[in-house]
Amino acid sequence: MGMTITEKILAAHAGKDSVAPGDNIWVDVDVLMTHDVCGPGTFAIFKKQFGENAKVWDRDKVVIIPDHFIFTKDTHANRNIDILRQFVKEQDLPHYYDVGTDNYKGVCHLALAQEGFNRPGEVLFGTDSHTSTSGAFGMFSTGIGNTDAAFILGTGKLWVKVPESMCFEFTGTFPDHIMAKDVILNVIGDIGVDGATYRAMEWRGDAVMKLSMEERMTLCNMAIEAGGKNGIIEADETTTDYVRQRTDAPYKIYHSDEDANYFFKKTYNADEMEPIVAKPHSPDNKAKVSECEDVKLDRAYIGSCTGGKLTDFLAAARLLKGKKVQIDTFIVPATREVEEDLYKEKIGGESLVDIFKNAGAYLGEPSCAACLGGPKDTFGRTDDNQVVISTTNRNFPGRMGSKQSYVYLASPYTAAASALTGHITNPAEFVNN
Amino acid sequence: MEKIIEGLAYVLGNDIDTDQIIPAEHLVYSLSDPEEKKNYGRFALSGVPGDQAGLPNGNVPFTEGENFESKYSIVVGGKNFGCGSSREHAPACMEIAGVKAVIAQSYARIFYRNSVDGGFFIPFECDTRLVEDIKTGDDLKIDLNANTLTNKTRGKTYDLKSLGEVIDIIEAGNIFEYARKSGMIAS
Repeated sequence: MGMTITEKILAAHAGKDSVAPGDNIWVDVDVLMTHDVCGPGTFAIFKKQFGENAKVWDRDKVVIIPDHFIFTKDTHANRNIDILRQFVKEQDLPHYYDVGTDNYKGVCHLALAQEGFNRPGEVLFGTDSHTSTSGAFGMFSTGIGNTDAAFILGTGKLWVKVPESMCFEFTGTFPDHIMAKDVILNVIGDIGVDGATYRAMEWRGDAVMKLSMEERMTLCNMAIEAGGKNGIIEADETTTDYVRQRTDAPYKIYHSDEDANYFFKKTYNADEMEPIVAKPHSPDNKAKVSECEDVKLDRAYIGSCTGGKLTDFLAAARLLKGKKVQIDTFIVPATREVEEDLYKEKIGGESLVDIFKNAGAYLGEPSCAACLGGPKDTFGRTDDNQVVISTTNRNFPGRMGSKQSYVYLASPYTAAASALTGHITNPAEFVNN
Repeated sequence: MEKIIEGLAYVLGNDIDTDQIIPAEHLVYSLSDPEEKKNYGRFALSGVPGDQAGLPNGNVPFTEGENFESKYSIVVGGKNFGCGSSREHAPACMEIAGVKAVIAQSYARIFYRNSVDGGFFIPFECDTRLVEDIKTGDDLKIDLNANTLTNKTRGKTYDLKSLGEVIDIIEAGNIFEYARKSGMIAS
């Protein structure tokens, strides 16, 4: 029996020739990432368990990216950044991206990619559920808690139950107005918020392999919203082009075998995809955009690891250029690199920043910002019973701040089209004109 | 490991996500400072919408007023308990509030793993959907020897699923103690 890409990577990192779903194995970790929300707790457990003066297993493999509660006056949140700094100093860690310096990056999942920590064939754990994003590079990546992260800091290993794999294949080509966000919302709607629990979500097919790395990241990013352990896409030339621009570190490309065993397989025709939203208050509450056009909105939010990459802002800018938004519209680049690109990239001679400003949108600084609500002074945090269209990943009650607010998850195209009209709007006619 | 767990039930529905268990604005407190971490007990389950908080009636605060601990020590949930974020603050806040066990139809993966590896409480599974059978405030007893749950208030007993492969970690206390026992890390 053949193996899936997920099984092959895990076997290789456990020193085994083969593994099967359900096997409990110990794997060697290539990268451990943590951030300001989970780093302090992780470091406290590490010291308690391995000793005050213990050293991390491999300082080159620890990556610390503050990104959650950054631009806030909250004293506890700022104290937590100080704890990161202190630990980095004690351990002399080379991969730290400090707040308030030129080295600050922003949202960890995109920063990992941009700084060259996502490499085909590797195993990456992070103290954040959207760590599944890195699977877009043909690697195994998943989210863990503070305890598991502290265990890795001390040992470089973690136990993993080998997941069954689910295969989502898209044949053909996605229409111009369809983004990866529509695709993942569609799949989560089909299988439910626990439809992939304990399983790998493997993406295959011509349509998927035509996507850019940023769009592939969006597909893998929201695996967790279906309960998935990891999302994964085999590396190809698109992947290696991206990786080689970022790092010289070695990597290894794995492919699923023809006779690999899948728990579930579904083939979609990419040409038939339609714009999708997830209605409040669950990412699997799927509806076609065309069925929701009577929903009036109070604001639009474009940002986060899911929807705050350059591709996402190019899409939004394409629609907003030369027009005015009808509702409060928040633009939050995921990282500094994306923010810089907003100044560099132009459509018809106008930079994306100018397009957004002239459209009347508000620009925030790179961080997770209101995707997860955060401290009261967070940029874009929802108030009262606002109705929001957002390119983020979760619309649980209270997720973006106010427990009374209503969040519709959508693609950047749909969010931008809706910002222009003030109600949920199909981007097809804007994109295709 | 205690073989008998007794306490009052706090009943919730399906898909209780980690933002409901501990809203992100509260993720700033220290988990190691004994005084500061009490805040997690105060705000545990504070994000659950009112009508879903403490079924069947709803609008039952898990932790009352300015208290740091809850009078409910066994949480009963439906499917996909703990979905969403990997924040370990979620099982931690429940333990800090005094939770000794959760019984759900199913769990989200990371929450389950965090509960076991961190040794916060035992996440039991039960094939029977208990959410409609048990009312918030019912007096419950879990017997680990018999692997059963008894609702003393209503005189009904249910079989719990075997803890399966994670029993060794649960019995050791947490993943570190398990690794020490098995010789993986030095004791």
